[in-house]
Amino acid sequence: MPVKVENLTYVYMPNTPFEKKALDNINLEIKDGEFVGLIGHTGSGKSTLIQQLNGLLKPTFGKVYIDDISITDKGISLKSIRQKVGIVFQYPEHQLFEETVYKDIAFGPTNLGLTNEEIEKRVKRAMDFVGLDYETYKDRSPFELSGGQKRRVAIAGVLAMEPKVLILDEPTAGLDPKGRDEVLKQIKRMHKEYKMTIIMVTHSMDEVAQLADRLIVLDKGKIVIEGSPREVFNQIDTLEKIGLSVPQVKYLAKKLKEKGFNINEDIITLEEAKREILRLFKERKI
Amino acid sequence: MIKDITIGQYLPGDSFIHKLDPRVKILLAFLYIILIFLINNFYGYLVVIAFTLLVVMLAKIPIKYLFNGIKGVIWLIIFTAVLNATLTPGKVIFKLFNLIPFTDKGIDLALFMSMRLILLIVGTSVLTLTTSPISLTDGIERLLNPFKKIGVPAHELAMMMTIALRFIPTLLDETDKIMKAQMARGADFDSGGIIKKAKNLIPVLVPLFISAFRRADELALAMEARCYRGGENRTRMKQLKTDKRDYIAIAAFIAFSIICIISRRWR
Repeated sequence: MPVKVENLTYVYMPNTPFEKKALDNINLEIKDGEFVGLIGHTGSGKSTLIQQLNGLLKPTFGKVYIDDISITDKGISLKSIRQKVGIVFQYPEHQLFEETVYKDIAFGPTNLGLTNEEIEKRVKRAMDFVGLDYETYKDRSPFELSGGQKRRVAIAGVLAMEPKVLILDEPTAGLDPKGRDEVLKQIKRMHKEYKMTIIMVTHSMDEVAQLADRLIVLDKGKIVIEGSPREVFNQIDTLEKIGLSVPQVKYLAKKLKEKGFNINEDIITLEEAKREILRLFKERKI
Repeated sequence: MIKDITIGQYLPGDSFIHKLDPRVKILLAFLYIILIFLINNFYGYLVVIAFTLLVVMLAKIPIKYLFNGIKGVIWLIIFTAVLNATLTPGKVIFKLFNLIPFTDKGIDLALFMSMRLILLIVGTSVLTLTTSPISLTDGIERLLNPFKKIGVPAHELAMMMTIALRFIPTLLDETDKIMKAQMARGADFDSGGIIKKAKNLIPVLVPLFISAFRRADELALAMEARCYRGGENRTRMKQLKTDKRDYIAIAAFIAFSIICIISRRWR
């Protein structure tokens, strides 16, 4: 079990007037190779939760296990935990600082104290992961790239640590449609081809409907719904009550049903919607 | 760690001190600093300490905040005190490790200097803790207005200060975020000697500078878009005005100053 969270509670700035319970008794297990979508309204505790998973924040109560090791125990090297659990933060391109793409991606592996050959190998692999050509980009300055390319360099910087678990915090925020599609395509590939365990925080229900095996919905620091995207998106009322929505095709199906079409309301992705609507057309012709 | 900085913090409230005209507060704080350096004996400092505590109580500032302010510069105070005590010529009282001489005049001076620094910090903290940054810069602008004729860009200076103050929390937040992002890539900010530590900060400082410039650029555009034209013919929503409260404060301060000046003769 790569990630396990037990009775986790986290209080921000305890014993001050600003005290706030950001996470409230969270229990969570994530299996090897699973793709988990973490959704919730702004301030629901998503970002706080992911920072617990590699020791950037310490739980007030409760435990976090990575590969069955409790990471809050004394004497645990946080560096080794951070190597296993990589986090790509929101707007990761804001963390770029080196003169060349190569040096920036090599920052993580260098901190791990690897040999130069190993570092080069990892940079090559990481750039391949995110679909950047090594020879073309390695000597370019990261600051002269496009938004989508910058973000992919930043993601490669985390991937070069070769984590088992990759956590992405709104990886597509602020990108244009083309950049968004590129990034999503690479994430999908990492999961499918390299069997990486992925946790993705997002506001876009359409993205998680396409990609995730399981969804976890947070509200006010608590897990309110958990299950497959299809199960979760069937609870439209609960989701809307906490300020979330469901994929757009779901609303479309509902409208069509109201107009008397015999459509299957269980669709969540564009592909499924296309199939259903084509089916309806065919049935009409007969 | 970063959240411990209290210098420049504002503590909302509605005490007598909070309600004073910012111009009056700035001027009095300025005079207070001059007075601290005029005092030349311990009786004088007792008067200043008593007055300062009175003002702190009137402003209803928790003592904790003042301690935090001093804690931030405690090493500077100790450093100055040690330098004063050892480097001032005078009769040597004792030698630390038979090597470093502490002189009588030096110890006197060290005590004075530390007292001055502490009072300086407390006094200016009272000003910033009880005056919101906006009214503070407003006050500075109005005080500088008479100097406009000789080319002091009063409004521009005030605007720059407002913006700088406004960005402190934003940049602290940003620093925290970038540090976490680099820590997730295995960066280590706690270990190593001073040179290594400084070098470790490069991955934080470069992105921080870039983001500061980006924000500055965006802000300039946003101000242009709202037709910002500098200080010419600018009217304001809140006019500063002095009332009875301010005159009471000024009178009290004059009395205090007179006692301070007289105290120079108590020996």
